[in-house]
Amino acid sequence: MTAWLIRGPAPYGGEPTDLLVRDGVIAEVGRGLSAPRGAHRLDAVGLVALPGLVDLHTHLREPGREDAETVETGSRAAALGGYTAVHAMANTDPVADTAGVVEQVWRLGREAGLVDVRPVGAVTAGLAGERLAELGAMADSAARVRVFSDDGRCVADAALMRRALEYVKAFDGVVAQHAEEPRLTAGAQMNEGAVAARLGLAGWPAAAEEAVIARDVLLAGHVGSRLHVCHVSTAGSVAILRWAKTKGTRVTAEVTPHHLLLTDELAETYDPVYKVNPPLRTAEDIAALRAGLADGTIDAVATDHAPHALEDKETEWGAARPGMLGLETALSVAVLTLVESGVMDWRAVADRMSVRPARIGRLGDAGRDLTEGEPASLVLVDPAARWQVDPAASASRSRNTPYAGRELPARVVATFLRGEPTVFDGKALL
Amino acid sequence: MTRALLDAANVARVVDRMAHQLLEKTGGGRDTVLLGIQTRGVPLPRALAARVRAFEDVDLPVGTLDVTLHRDDLRLRGVRPLAETEEPPGGVDGKLVVLVDDVLYSGRTVRAALDALRDLGRPRAVQLAVLVDRGHRELPIRADYVGKNLPTSHAETVRVLVSEVDGRDAVLLEPAPTGSARAGQARSGAAGGAR
Amino acid sequence: MRHLLSAADLGRDDALAVLDTAERMESAIAGREVKKLPTLRGRTVVNLFFEDSTRTRTSFELAAKRLSADVVTFSAKGSSVSKGESLKDTALTLEAMGSDAVVVRHSMSGAPHRLAGWVRGSVVNAGDGTHEHPTQALLDAYTMRRRLGRVDGLRVTIVGDVLHSRVARSNVLLLATLGAEVTLVAPPTLLPVGVEAWPAAVSYDLDASLPKADAVMMLRVQRERMGDSYFPSAREYSRRYGLDRRRLALLPDDAIVMHAGPMNRGMEIAAEVADDPRRSTIVEQVSNGVSVRMAVLYLLLGGPSPRDPSLLGAPSPRDPALLGGGAGTVPRRRRA
Repeated sequence: MTAWLIRGPAPYGGEPTDLLVRDGVIAEVGRGLSAPRGAHRLDAVGLVALPGLVDLHTHLREPGREDAETVETGSRAAALGGYTAVHAMANTDPVADTAGVVEQVWRLGREAGLVDVRPVGAVTAGLAGERLAELGAMADSAARVRVFSDDGRCVADAALMRRALEYVKAFDGVVAQHAEEPRLTAGAQMNEGAVAARLGLAGWPAAAEEAVIARDVLLAGHVGSRLHVCHVSTAGSVAILRWAKTKGTRVTAEVTPHHLLLTDELAETYDPVYKVNPPLRTAEDIAALRAGLADGTIDAVATDHAPHALEDKETEWGAARPGMLGLETALSVAVLTLVESGVMDWRAVADRMSVRPARIGRLGDAGRDLTEGEPASLVLVDPAARWQVDPAASASRSRNTPYAGRELPARVVATFLRGEPTVFDGKALL
Repeated sequence: MTRALLDAANVARVVDRMAHQLLEKTGGGRDTVLLGIQTRGVPLPRALAARVRAFEDVDLPVGTLDVTLHRDDLRLRGVRPLAETEEPPGGVDGKLVVLVDDVLYSGRTVRAALDALRDLGRPRAVQLAVLVDRGHRELPIRADYVGKNLPTSHAETVRVLVSEVDGRDAVLLEPAPTGSARAGQARSGAAGGAR
Repeated sequence: MRHLLSAADLGRDDALAVLDTAERMESAIAGREVKKLPTLRGRTVVNLFFEDSTRTRTSFELAAKRLSADVVTFSAKGSSVSKGESLKDTALTLEAMGSDAVVVRHSMSGAPHRLAGWVRGSVVNAGDGTHEHPTQALLDAYTMRRRLGRVDGLRVTIVGDVLHSRVARSNVLLLATLGAEVTLVAPPTLLPVGVEAWPAAVSYDLDASLPKADAVMMLRVQRERMGDSYFPSAREYSRRYGLDRRRLALLPDDAIVMHAGPMNRGMEIAAEVADDPRRSTIVEQVSNGVSVRMAVLYLLLGGPSPRDPSLLGAPSPRDPALLGGGAGTVPRRRRA
């Protein structure tokens, strides 16, 4: 493996230093390092160095919808976004509810070799919400599943959710809940509120999310389990999580980049690129989510990258599938909404987008400090760059980004996965 | 630069003459109705009818005709508001209809009026009375009664003022609005447009 | 104005221009043996109806034909697997045909908006899901003006399933634009969250609102809504919110009763009320619909084709006198 001398980056946006990467680890950190013979050099003056980003929530669509994305194309998009590990959600076809399917996804990830693909196992067989899937088998498989989720659907049955929370304790697993009371969201199209009333689109009330989170944190506290809440989207949810954490409940939560920036008013165009589940909410919700991320009530930014084929988005709103791309724009949107607004610094960004997600997913070799001896999985970001989002230029197989034409700050220049570059000069190497 | 071609007194004399001519050509206004072409052709038939009544105590029924929906230049100039069509009392079937307008120019308005008139009924005959004929006909149309012949150029506009609307009677010659001064293009305008 | 997608697309002057034009259209056709005007000759109007509606479809068809336009009716039954592909592919087909206007009715809110992004002609919303039905609101306002002499200052009460009603949404917007005072009456379950932001008062008590209503507009309520517990039974609904003979007597003497149709006789409106010869405007609403739609088509298509606004060198295809300055050129009918 070639050694790399990375000259002059600022780890966590702090004091510039040099990093020597050798044999997959950060061999040396210091100023004025000299390159060993045969080492490549990378001029990283002016760039920020962060531990490789870890996504707790991604849809790679393979197996089943390879027309929208594959493990390979999704991995490439992830690496370009600065990610070195992604958790691939289980709502594939077939569903990832057996050791066989999760191992298949895991293997595809290794073959692509761009990021560590960590398959998420379904909580219930077939995502049907009726009985538990073979969670233990998935945990013991080569994929070593630790995060379980029926995402796309809610584990709505209270008794079943309780069992799942209890069962995964045996292998230090965590249930990641897509909080949505299905009886309150039947036929829903967008956030319930003034905009929906005007547009004649059935509403998805905030209470449908908050009610499930409230129930689940109480259950998790009662049985002493970890709980993770996917894509938190409302101010009320943040308040409930804050309360639960003060009580000592072991709950963690994630928020998507789009929920930090976009409001439900975008639905006025009836363009389904803005249709997502949970839906875009109001400015008040956005403010609460940003504050929640800043004070640690929300632990992670997770993309919920949801690629969709053209025919699933170029339709009437009601016929479109919900979901937005997110891997390639996540860091930039985080910088735009959190760093540029002064709410968080780079160290906090690293914490929410790498350190904590790695801990929640129990990834031993990700989200580590940028210090000597640690795995060299890191990302170099140009904080001063500005770039325009061009859907046609996306590495994803799909085009449903809500930021088309928008100018975003910060650009990933290079990504390293255990000492090997996966992205160099803003381009994927594989 | 605006020039007054006819002042109020001359307008009155011209209308008088037209009224006499009308009585002569229609055999005393027998089975005759006046139909003013909207929008500026409306006060004129009333004035004519008043003079006819004054001269020979004959009451000519008066109506109005909106020709907007029959115009051939909507596609070029855009839609306009519709004005009122009011059939003269007794209708137009079998009558001698005298269309009345203020200015005769290209003839297109009169052609539209003939089309619109077909929707009202079937007159026995149709004649045309105009206060001013400014030439530049684009269709084979001529007036039976002309108040004044006024050779003009495309760069000019003829504007007829009527006391009911404008406070005084007059015929003015003005420079055309810039949009219509170009040769070979549509000459419609808010006033003195394609006739 | 290129499209008519929402009643909110019309400012006060535009809305009045439509009503005034409809009035002229009506007199231009009334009593004539040949009900035909040449104005839209050579224009192609496509009726794209994904939802069944004989009434609205034939109304638009008649309106277009009376103006001598060529009409093509495309009746695509929305399949249960309503794939958007059919909408976009349909749009591309219409484009290839060079249609000047597409009148579209669809079961999903926002479908006309999507269509407008894919065709060059004008798009007229003939009803999209639970969103809007702008020409219905226009013909309702036209009906009110003819019967009561004005819309400005009228007190209009709209009763029924507001939550699912595109007729209600368009009417609330247009009536506010025209200066009417709107009150919505419905059970709380059939009012949308966010209705507080609408330019209308809200009440749950029908009896209390009727004595102050110049016009009552009844909305169709589907019995099927019972299944989702919007109300417990048809009986309870009509008892609390139905317009029956007793309630008719609570109205001021000159008040009118309106319904866009189709009606659920016995549910939201009693048969005898619907058929009341003096108060009910239900039948004339239908004939007014043709005049109003003629006006809309004239205003959208009478000028340069929306497909080719560059035909003319002039800055705007619209005569400025039509918008706002029309007062002087359109002789006013006496207002009550």
